[in-house]
Amino acid sequence: MNIPIRKFDALVIGAGGGGLRSALQLSQADANVAVVSKVFPTRSHTVAAQGGMNAALANVLPDSWHWHMYDTIKGSDYLGDQDAIEYMCRAASHLVIELEHQGVPFSRLDNGKIYQRPFGGQSQNFGGEQAARTCAAADRTGHAILHALYQQNIKAKTHFFDEFFAVDLIKDESGFVLGALVYEIETGEPLIIEAKTTLIATGGAGQLFRTNTNAKINTGDGLAMALRAGIPLQDMEFFQFHPTGIAGRGMLITEGARGEGGYLVNKDGERFMERYAPHAKDLASRDVVSRSIATEVREGRGCGPNGDHVMLKLDHLGEDVLDKRLPGICETSRTFLHIDPVEESIPVFPTAHYTMGGIPTDRYGQVVVPVDTGEEAIPGLYAVGECACVSVHGANRLGGNSLLDIVVFGRAAGNHIIKHLKANRYHRAIDDASIEQAMAHLHRWDKKGDGESVPQLKDELQTVMEQNCSVFRTQDVLQECLNQVLQIESRLQNVRLKDHSKVFNTARIEAMELENLVDIAVATVTSALNREESRGAHSRIDFPDRDDKKWLKHSLYYKEGRRLEYKPVRLKPMTVDTFPPKERVY
Amino acid sequence: MSTTDIQAENTELSRLRWQCRRGMLELDLFLQDFLDKAYSNLPPKQQQTFERLLETPDQMLLDYLMGRVIPYDKEIADVAKQIRLAAGPET
Repeated sequence: MNIPIRKFDALVIGAGGGGLRSALQLSQADANVAVVSKVFPTRSHTVAAQGGMNAALANVLPDSWHWHMYDTIKGSDYLGDQDAIEYMCRAASHLVIELEHQGVPFSRLDNGKIYQRPFGGQSQNFGGEQAARTCAAADRTGHAILHALYQQNIKAKTHFFDEFFAVDLIKDESGFVLGALVYEIETGEPLIIEAKTTLIATGGAGQLFRTNTNAKINTGDGLAMALRAGIPLQDMEFFQFHPTGIAGRGMLITEGARGEGGYLVNKDGERFMERYAPHAKDLASRDVVSRSIATEVREGRGCGPNGDHVMLKLDHLGEDVLDKRLPGICETSRTFLHIDPVEESIPVFPTAHYTMGGIPTDRYGQVVVPVDTGEEAIPGLYAVGECACVSVHGANRLGGNSLLDIVVFGRAAGNHIIKHLKANRYHRAIDDASIEQAMAHLHRWDKKGDGESVPQLKDELQTVMEQNCSVFRTQDVLQECLNQVLQIESRLQNVRLKDHSKVFNTARIEAMELENLVDIAVATVTSALNREESRGAHSRIDFPDRDDKKWLKHSLYYKEGRRLEYKPVRLKPMTVDTFPPKERVY
Repeated sequence: MSTTDIQAENTELSRLRWQCRRGMLELDLFLQDFLDKAYSNLPPKQQQTFERLLETPDQMLLDYLMGRVIPYDKEIADVAKQIRLAAGPET
């Protein structure tokens, strides 16, 4: 096969914060680094992270990395790996300062120190008073980090392949990962990027669900690439939802709207939260509100022509309150719905936000798979960020920990790759069969004729996942969901593209993205169906309690045979005592 | 229009469609809706301005499109306003 080949020391797939932080570490160590990104790097989803980055700097209130560690473990509902969490929380302060030196303009206090804001789930002294741990660059922290890292990479001479889509990993006969087959979107030509190490940093898969807060690019491409390479995905049943997103469109409506006195109604105009949570009503915890909305819709009391959402009523608060206290919601609603909350209610449904599961890694970012009683790193393969499962977020992620995750483990993976490169100085021979397999995957979309359409099938997938695998999960519902997703998987074989041109053939990219989403959907539903307990973001109505005896373990889903395995949670931190599982009460 | 012209126009639209893939959901909705519904009816000069607008970094672009910041460049400001007004509920 006559496919052009480019050779690098390291290939980084994905140019969000995780990928760019790794690439920077590598380029600064004089490694020859290629970063492949399907969109221009500063259009990666990191740009949307507004909240900030947690670090126990103690600039506003007393704080310690150990308290941060406790909060993260508790937030994870004890599914997080305690060694990785200790590593992350210890590194946090140093990395915030390092980011500032790289050009991130963190907001300041009057005394000149970095400003820190309080966020949910943060405590002093292991569950005591509220802490203030989140460092922010106004409301655009992700944007500031992404741009600073991009510029630093340009300075360090990282080689960027902008608008290249990664198709599949390339391996040798003994299982070393040696780069990837990528596809240049502008020309439609394939390219092999051969590398001594490959790092996947492709972000999450929010596009699995119809209503989600994610950019359209978040189709979990790296997750599916790992599955196809025989690597399992870990803890895919854990997906973070916010109770109120704009139905069908996804934008978040902050909990502040209910805090100010807004409430939810069904199609009969009934304030239904009174039935589910007589005391807290609309201010009940996130999972209770999410499940109540889903229950109303499932039981036929949803609003709209398809009965697929409920309404958030705000008009009784009056124009003054709405414009003063909830200006963002008013702006979003007026712009994207042509609804003025002063006069009308807003259609809402739980919106998918963050993929806690992902490619299993250790705290050096190495992708690890179970072997006999332990686990083994796949030589040359790394993953960081939302596509990875280290696991620092466990069953639920705390606000302010995702930007921290990408920076900490991006750097750690970079450092480990540098060591790997010293011990593996030469390129290994690629297995031709691996290239042929990847090319066959790419050529699959050359088939002509009539068939199903990509947008139609994607709509169906997102709707099925939203209705049956979001916040209302039971054995029956999930089994039905799996059946439907498997049908979609088989129908995918009948999809034919109408456009077979080469230059900027976005239809082909969208087809490959859909294929990736389908693989991840099967992984998610299968993992959710098997986990018979409720923990963190995974809430089973038929198994409402956490069950540490049976389920204090990570799920590992393999594409081959749709097989599940389990591995223990790492309860032993690096240096401090373990935090044993306790009931999670806030 | 010849077949070659139509092909070139389709390619140009596809290229722009990819430039409308951004890091934020709101921008995806604004830009992709506008490209689908309104772009083809714009005079060539405004089509070029749209393309220039796409070079704006995501956060600034969001400020323009939400009307929080009015771009100094009047042509850009005009197209940004058109995009904002064209945004709306799913059809």
